[in-house]
Amino acid sequence: MRKTLMDHVLDWSGRLVLTLILIFVMLPFIVVAIASFNDSAILTFPPKSWSLHWYANALSYRDFGEGLVNSLKIAGLAAVIAIFAGSGFAYVIDRYEFSLKSFLNGVLMSPLIIPNFTIGLGLLILSAAASLPRSLWLVVTVHVIIVMPFVVRSVYVSLRNFERRYEQAAESLGATPVHVLLTITLPLLVPGLISGALFAAILSFNEFTASLFVVNQSTQTLPVAMYNYVREYADPTLAAISVIYVAVVAVTLMVVHKIFRLEKVLNVE
Amino acid sequence: MSKRPFLGWFATPSFLIAFAIVASFLAIVQYSLRAYIPGSLDPGGFTLENFTTLWKAAYGQAFVTTVTLCIWTAIFTLLVGYPLAYAIVRVRSAALRSAILLISLTPLFLGEIVRTYSWMIVLGNRGFLNVVLMRLGIIDRPISFMFTELGVVIALVHFTLPIVVVMLAAALSHIDRNYERAATSLGAGRVRVFLTVTLPLSIPGIVAATSTAFAWTFSAFATPQMIGGGKVQTISTLVYQVGFASFNFPLAASLSLVGLLFTIAVLSLFNAGMRRVEKLGAH
Repeated sequence: MRKTLMDHVLDWSGRLVLTLILIFVMLPFIVVAIASFNDSAILTFPPKSWSLHWYANALSYRDFGEGLVNSLKIAGLAAVIAIFAGSGFAYVIDRYEFSLKSFLNGVLMSPLIIPNFTIGLGLLILSAAASLPRSLWLVVTVHVIIVMPFVVRSVYVSLRNFERRYEQAAESLGATPVHVLLTITLPLLVPGLISGALFAAILSFNEFTASLFVVNQSTQTLPVAMYNYVREYADPTLAAISVIYVAVVAVTLMVVHKIFRLEKVLNVE
Repeated sequence: MSKRPFLGWFATPSFLIAFAIVASFLAIVQYSLRAYIPGSLDPGGFTLENFTTLWKAAYGQAFVTTVTLCIWTAIFTLLVGYPLAYAIVRVRSAALRSAILLISLTPLFLGEIVRTYSWMIVLGNRGFLNVVLMRLGIIDRPISFMFTELGVVIALVHFTLPIVVVMLAAALSHIDRNYERAATSLGAGRVRVFLTVTLPLSIPGIVAATSTAFAWTFSAFATPQMIGGGKVQTISTLVYQVGFASFNFPLAASLSLVGLLFTIAVLSLFNAGMRRVEKLGAH
């Protein structure tokens, strides 16, 4: 079929719009990268001289280091707990009928619509009322609550697409229910469990708003440490750490894309 | 299939988590009904004063600002997100499609702080955007983006864009292309096929994406706080301020509660609208 003039106009205006949108998406990260190499403490465009010392500053700033360690600990714990609790719950709602099922499901999914600041405030008040200390476990609890809906959903989808006949075959050959679970069900769910855990860890690592309510000086996460920094200082140290952050996330995503194909994970094909 | 009731015990950890969610919600409800004792972190006796304070004081303005931001953000995110989602599903070259998908998704995994801080550098008075516009001679004095609702909306659109793109792309990818082919073979042009076939079929995705954008904007804290700089006061920034500047947790709790009820009301409206749209589609 030959293209008409109208088709060419549409093609080119489509490309133009798409390019402009992609620039909009990337613009802040490009600008922050330029700013991070600015020698002066005052941000000016274009920078008059260049330097790497904000990177040295970012890497040696103690709150960032401690925040990173806390964030990794919290994200790891939250992902492990959420994948354990979430897959157990997904398994049970997929296989059993019980009276409180829809109520429980509603409660566990509610963090999708409850604003994170409300979750943070609620847990803060609860822990104060129960006179619990603001420990690392309080932060982990908040993160588990926030990432649970994503984990339950991802495991539940894997279970729905699950080939039940393998389980039935094992059963008819005399395997006990526990044996079936350990040798058939779990191994087949591994891809879903891994992507669920990975997603939970990334979400937890980035969580900021609810964390702000429940952390203290010794449990502050990296995003909270970054927020506190930008409130106190206006130099490009935060630009430097942001660039490191963007680079790590972009590389991780590319690797995940190579292994899992993001289109599949996100259900967009 | 044999009954295996003991495997039901696997749900136990999730009962504990659900219990924590319900307990924290009850804690908010309980605190919202307690009096504030200045200088103390413990609440006083039961009272309805917090809700009358909310009604009387200037807090209504924060509600208006929040809703305005939510509406503008949802509209602009849809306008910017739709072409992106369309490209992710329809661009022919696989490499280009992957690149567009990765660029759209990376921000989703960067969190609010990195993204908001980056926008502060773009939008500042001597920031990137103003410098470029002045160099090009389009403006001769910096435009104030910082501390304005416009600046907050620009950053919020960037904040909600990836999730909206994912939802729209999922909706677009599940449209049966045969409808479009049928329309084309009957002589409809590309614009007409899009407007009368593709767009209507993607309405459920649009509704879902809009309500998600709304909920995310409502929940956003760092963006209005850092770019609004206290001049753009939303429910989230107000809850934090009331809670941590004056330690008036009862008032913060009642503000959160009203905000939550409001979110639920708006999302139910969206869902009701969604059901009507589906009914129309069924006829």
